[in-house]
Amino acid sequence: MSTAEPASARSLGLAGCEACGLVVRLPAADGMDHCPRCGERLHSRRPASIERSWALAITALVLYIPANLLPVMTTNTPLGAVSDTIMQGVVELWSPTSWPLAIVVFVASVTIPLGKLIALAYLLLTVQRGSVQSNGQRVRLYRLLKFIGRWSMLDVFVDTFVVALIQLRPLMWVEPGAGVIFFAGVVVVTMLAVNSFDPRLIWDLPHQERHGHD
Amino acid sequence: MTEREAEPQAPELPLAEVTARKRSRLSAVWIIPIIAAVLGGWIAVQKLLAEGPTIEISFASADGLEAGKTTVKYNGVDVGRIESLRVAPDRQRILASVQMAPAARDWLVDGTAFWVVSARIAAGGVSGLGTLLSGSYIGMQIGTGSERVRSFTALAVPPVVAANAPGRYFRLTAANLGSLDFGTPIYFRRLQVGQVASYRLDDDGRGLTIRVFVNAPYDRYVKNETRFWQASGLDVSLNADGLDVRTESLTSILIGGLAFDTPADNADAEPAAADTTFELFDDQVSAMKAPERGSIRYVLHFDDSVRGLAVGAPMTFLGMPVGEVVSVRLDADRRKKDVSVRARVLVAAYPQRFLDVLADPQVLTGGSKAITPAMRHALLDGLVARGLRAQLQPGSLLTGQLYVALTYVPQAPKATIDWHSDPPVFPSVKGSFTDIEARLTSILAKVEALPFEAIGRDLQQSLATLAKTLQDVDALVKRWDGELTPELASTVAETRRTLAAAERTFAGAGKAVAPDSPLLAELQATVVEVRRAAQSIRVLADYLERHPEALLRGKSEETQE
Repeated sequence: MSTAEPASARSLGLAGCEACGLVVRLPAADGMDHCPRCGERLHSRRPASIERSWALAITALVLYIPANLLPVMTTNTPLGAVSDTIMQGVVELWSPTSWPLAIVVFVASVTIPLGKLIALAYLLLTVQRGSVQSNGQRVRLYRLLKFIGRWSMLDVFVDTFVVALIQLRPLMWVEPGAGVIFFAGVVVVTMLAVNSFDPRLIWDLPHQERHGHD
Repeated sequence: MTEREAEPQAPELPLAEVTARKRSRLSAVWIIPIIAAVLGGWIAVQKLLAEGPTIEISFASADGLEAGKTTVKYNGVDVGRIESLRVAPDRQRILASVQMAPAARDWLVDGTAFWVVSARIAAGGVSGLGTLLSGSYIGMQIGTGSERVRSFTALAVPPVVAANAPGRYFRLTAANLGSLDFGTPIYFRRLQVGQVASYRLDDDGRGLTIRVFVNAPYDRYVKNETRFWQASGLDVSLNADGLDVRTESLTSILIGGLAFDTPADNADAEPAAADTTFELFDDQVSAMKAPERGSIRYVLHFDDSVRGLAVGAPMTFLGMPVGEVVSVRLDADRRKKDVSVRARVLVAAYPQRFLDVLADPQVLTGGSKAITPAMRHALLDGLVARGLRAQLQPGSLLTGQLYVALTYVPQAPKATIDWHSDPPVFPSVKGSFTDIEARLTSILAKVEALPFEAIGRDLQQSLATLAKTLQDVDALVKRWDGELTPELASTVAETRRTLAAAERTFAGAGKAVAPDSPLLAELQATVVEVRRAAQSIRVLADYLERHPEALLRGKSEETQE
C-alpha cells in the first residue's frame, strides 16, 4: 500500500511556506514550526482543520435557524407594516409572473446555504473516516464550495439595496429585519468553515499520521 | 529523521525553526458555535417572551377581515393581529384567532369589547374614513373586570363611549325610542355634554331603557331632580309674548337629541349617582312641570256611567289637580250576593301636592320633610270621615267629558278608605250631574203618572170646603174683635205702668249705688233683661194684633224663623 502511494511534501517531511514560498524541512521536534526566512508559521496540514471546520459549520447551522425564522425586511406602507421572512418572501413571489424570481431567491437563500453546510459536513465526515473513494469528486465539491461562497450573499445585497433605496417616508419605507444579520452570519461563517478545511486532507491516507510518527 | 536526511532531493533545504507549542486539548474555535447558540437561544427566548396570548373573537361576519393582515387596535395602537379565520361549528358565526401583544395580557378580561371598525357614515357624523385605505381593523375597549377571558364575542356596533372616558352613565325610561340612536347627542343649555350609549326594550315590552353617558365635567349637573326630555325638532308656540321658537341645535333638528335641566329650586342638590334612572319626557314643558313624585294609586268604584271619563282625565280637589285617571274598566262587586257590575277607575294621586294643598307638611310631620304612610293614612281617614268623597263631574257639558272630583258630601253615607286592598279603595258617591239627570227623569215619570182629572175634581170640592171654612173663620174673627181685644189692651197698659215704676225704682237705686259695684252691674243686667222682656211683649202684642188666630193655633209654620 505504502509502496503504491505517491510521495507528498508531508511524506517527505517538507513544507512550503505559505507566505514566501520557501520550501523547508520540518524538524521532528514537537513544537510550532516557523519559516526561517519570513517567520510565517509552517503547517504540513492546517492545524485543527477538521475541528475548526466542524465548529464553524455548526455555528452556521445554529445561525441558519434565526436567519429563516426572523423577518429580513419590514415594508411600511400607508396600508400597514408587513414583515417578511425569507420563506414568506419566496411564497409572496410565487405567482404566475414572478415564479422564476421565487426560484432564484429560494435557491440562493435557502438551498445554497443549506447545501453548502451539507456538503461541508460530507467532506469532513469522509476525511475523518479516511475514505479514499471518489477523491476527485470530493475535491471538485470543495472547489465548488469555495467558489459559491462569495455569491450566496444575494439576499443580503438585495436587502441592503432595497432598504437604502426605498426610503420615501412617510409614504413608504423599508426597514431591515434581524434575520438578515443572521443570514449574513450564516454566509460568512460557512465561508470561514470552508476556508478552514484543508483539501489536502482528502488525499491523506488513514494510516498516515502527522510527520515524525511514521 | 534519518530517513528524510537521506533523501537526495532536498539536501540543502533549510530546517524550520521550532518554538514551544502551547497546546490545549480543546480548540478555542468551539467558542464560536457556543456564542452563536447562545445568541440564537437568547433571541428565541426573547421572541417567545414577546409572544402574547392568543384569543378567539367571534364575529357575525368576516366581512373586511383578513387573516394575517387585519390588526387589533387599542386607541390606534396595534395590539394584535388576526392569525386565522374559520367558521364556527354551528355555522352561525366566524371565529377569528387573534395573536395579541404581550402587553395586552392584562387587558383580556371580562368586559373587554371588540368590534370591527370600518368606514361608517351616519347622520351624526362620518367615522373610520382611514379604513377606506387601510382596510377594516378591530377596535378594542378594555373592560373593568378582573377575570381573564380567552374568547370574546364582537360587538355589532362600535361602542359610542370609550370605556375610560371620564363621566357617568344614567338610565332613562321612555315609552318609545323616538328618533334616538346610538350617539344621539345630549344637550345641557345647548352645549353637547354627552350621548346615547345604548338602548334596550324592557323585558315586558312596555317601554325602553336608554343608557346615556354624560361627559365628566358636566355629569355633576345631573341631579336627582334633573329632568330629561326629547329635544328633537322645533318647538314653535304662540303665546301672549309672541311667537316662540325653541330648538337645541341644527343637529338635533336633523337627528334628534336629548336635553336635561334641573328645576331652579333643586339646582344646588347633590349630583345624582351613576346609573340613576330618570324618566324621559316628551318635551321641555312637561319635563319641567312640578314633580309628581311618589304617585299613589287608588281605586274608585262608580255605579254611574263613566262614559266620557278618559285615561289621563284629571282628579281635582277644590279645583286643584291632584292626580289623574290611569285606567277605566268594568269590575264585578263580589261582596254582594248578586254580583253587580260597576266601573273600576284607577287613579294615580300625587299625595305630595294633595298634602301641600291641605296643610303644611312641616307642621304635619313635626318638622321633618318626609311624610310616612301612616301619617298620610291618618290624614286621609280624617278627611273621609268629614265627608270627602270621589265623584264624577262633568268637565264640559258640550263634550260630555268627565273628571274625578274630590268633594265634601256632608250627607254621604259613612265610608272609609279600604287600606287592605291593593291599591286602596277610596270611597265614592254618585256624581252630582248624573244624580240630577236621574232625579229629573224620575220626577218627570212621577209627573206623568199623576191622576190630573181626579185631582181636578178633588180640587173643586176642596175649593168649596175652603169657601165654607173661610166664612167660619170670618165669624170667629168678628167675635174675637169684640171680646178679646179690649182685655188685651188693658193688660198691655198695666204692664207699661209696672215697667215705668220699675224704671223709676232702678233709677233711684242707680243713684244710691257706686258705679263700679257688683250690685250696680247686676242691676244693669237686670234692667237689660227686663227691657228685653218688655221688647218681647211688645213684639208679641204686635204679632197678636196682626195674627189674632195665633192664640188658638199657635205660631204658623211659614213665619217660623
